[in-house]
Amino acid sequence: MLEHFKHPRNVGSMENPDGKATEGSPACGDMVSVYIKVDEASKKISDIKFESYGCASNIATGSIITEMAKGKTLEEAKQLTWKDASAALGGLPPIKAHCSVLAIEGLRGAIQNYEERHDLVKVKEPTTEAIVLKRLKRVMNPLKGLDMVATKLVKSVEVKDGIIRIAVDMPANHQFAAAIRDEARERLETLWDIKGVEIEFN
Amino acid sequence: MGAESIYMDNAAATRLDEAVLDAMLPCYFDTFAVATSEFGYSQGLEARELLDGARATLAAKLGALPEEFVFTSGHTESSNLALKGVALALGQKKGRHIIVSKIEDFPVLQSARALEKQGFTVDYLDVDETGLVRTGQLLELLSNQTILVSVQHANQEIGTLQDIEKIAIICREKGTLFHTDATHTFTRVPLDVQKIPVDLITVSAHTIHGPKGIGGLYVRKGTPIAKIMDGGFQEFDLRAGTENIPGAVGFARAAELVTPEENLRLQEIRDRIIERIAQTIPQVTLNGHRTNRIPHNANLTFHFVEGESITLHLDMHGIAVSTGSACFSRSLEASHVIMGIGGDHERAHGSIRFSLGRYNSMKEVDRVVEILAEVVKQLRIISPLGKIGGE
Repeated sequence: MLEHFKHPRNVGSMENPDGKATEGSPACGDMVSVYIKVDEASKKISDIKFESYGCASNIATGSIITEMAKGKTLEEAKQLTWKDASAALGGLPPIKAHCSVLAIEGLRGAIQNYEERHDLVKVKEPTTEAIVLKRLKRVMNPLKGLDMVATKLVKSVEVKDGIIRIAVDMPANHQFAAAIRDEARERLETLWDIKGVEIEFN
Repeated sequence: MGAESIYMDNAAATRLDEAVLDAMLPCYFDTFAVATSEFGYSQGLEARELLDGARATLAAKLGALPEEFVFTSGHTESSNLALKGVALALGQKKGRHIIVSKIEDFPVLQSARALEKQGFTVDYLDVDETGLVRTGQLLELLSNQTILVSVQHANQEIGTLQDIEKIAIICREKGTLFHTDATHTFTRVPLDVQKIPVDLITVSAHTIHGPKGIGGLYVRKGTPIAKIMDGGFQEFDLRAGTENIPGAVGFARAAELVTPEENLRLQEIRDRIIERIAQTIPQVTLNGHRTNRIPHNANLTFHFVEGESITLHLDMHGIAVSTGSACFSRSLEASHVIMGIGGDHERAHGSIRFSLGRYNSMKEVDRVVEILAEVVKQLRIISPLGKIGGE
């Protein structure tokens, strides 16, 4: 485990990833981003990178899970669990489950993002405000260590004619405004019936 | 880690000074008897003398009388005794209202919470962004039902020194008892009960290179307080239990060994840490008050990275510091102190405390800052927030 923390593999962001996701931990405020490149024909993960704003377990799990996912098909990679990562790292303390599970969620999120972008989602339901809020619940507010819905950053949500409009209770020039806007947009614009996402700050 | 290790977590525990151990050892082998009254046997009388001597030394450090200094097992017990003892003595007679600051250390905070469960009302004083309580709010909250106000002398994490003289005077004028937790200031920052009308003071040996398991509570003569540990009649009938004479003697020796020169030296090291970090690492915030702080504490937030990752990396280089990150705490809660000063989760997440002691030196600073700069740089590279700083 220490080796993966000291020298994490597959670290960094990726230009034009085929799929990506950022996940945050409501328990402690850790964050993980995962980026994947997918070979279209074989549906195998050809490259994978991660970034972490988190503790040692978070970083080490990001490192091991990206190692394990590389070369696997999307379906195989989806099956990877926290237990697999923990076992590969030689056992993680249970109190660290919440921070290490993030990397797994990041990987699954990136795969889901890929599937939505490539129209591979099997069940298609029309986007509602409830679905938008559900997705926004996975956007972290680093100021509170909780998601942007729980911390009341979302003033209003409207879904109309394929456009999502969100009002965010945060100054536009805030240090995290850009990060929150980008992340919220990424989570929503891949929805199959959405043409645009408009996010307004104070 | 060997000889190269650097320890900068002296607010948590300190290395024992050899001179302290030298003073303690005879108490285990020669003067090991229980302290007895003047009608006891001679070994017991010798033990009594040692205990009384230690008490006098420690009381004098606060400008107090020996009989105003009660030995306890440490700062946790001292603060428990102060809050619960006063509540027990005055809860039925005077009132059931207590005021504490919201950034107190856990002994005070959890004692207050325990009293809340027993039906006492507790108000938690806000602090400003530097960690100082506002006396205006204290004046608003004080009533004739208030039996005790507890505001720490200095904060355990960010080192902010409160204006306890002003607070003590307000409490005295309102006829309310005032307790201060001086765990992180005793012998490091002057505190004289002849000058400041404080009624109860928590002190401890573990922060000044003394032994663990010994502390004290100053109790001003005439203060209404009841014992919470039942048993014998030791410690002026305020704390039952066979006296920890080696501990008491070690505590007194430890207090004697702290000098104004040493405190000045630690302050110079602290200033150097803050200055070198400011020069070397971008996107850093100093937590606490710039000038009203104890000489041996520096607390800084390294934005966009997580504190436990920093401490673990530093540990690999033999450097010990602590963090207010939620990941590091057993409760998975971010530091109540950083949140209390209006800091956000992000500020607690990347906060690092450097607390200094006798065995730190100026030459350690350059190595700590050099390694820290590299660790923070590497962690920012892998952080999804790292680019926001525009490095």
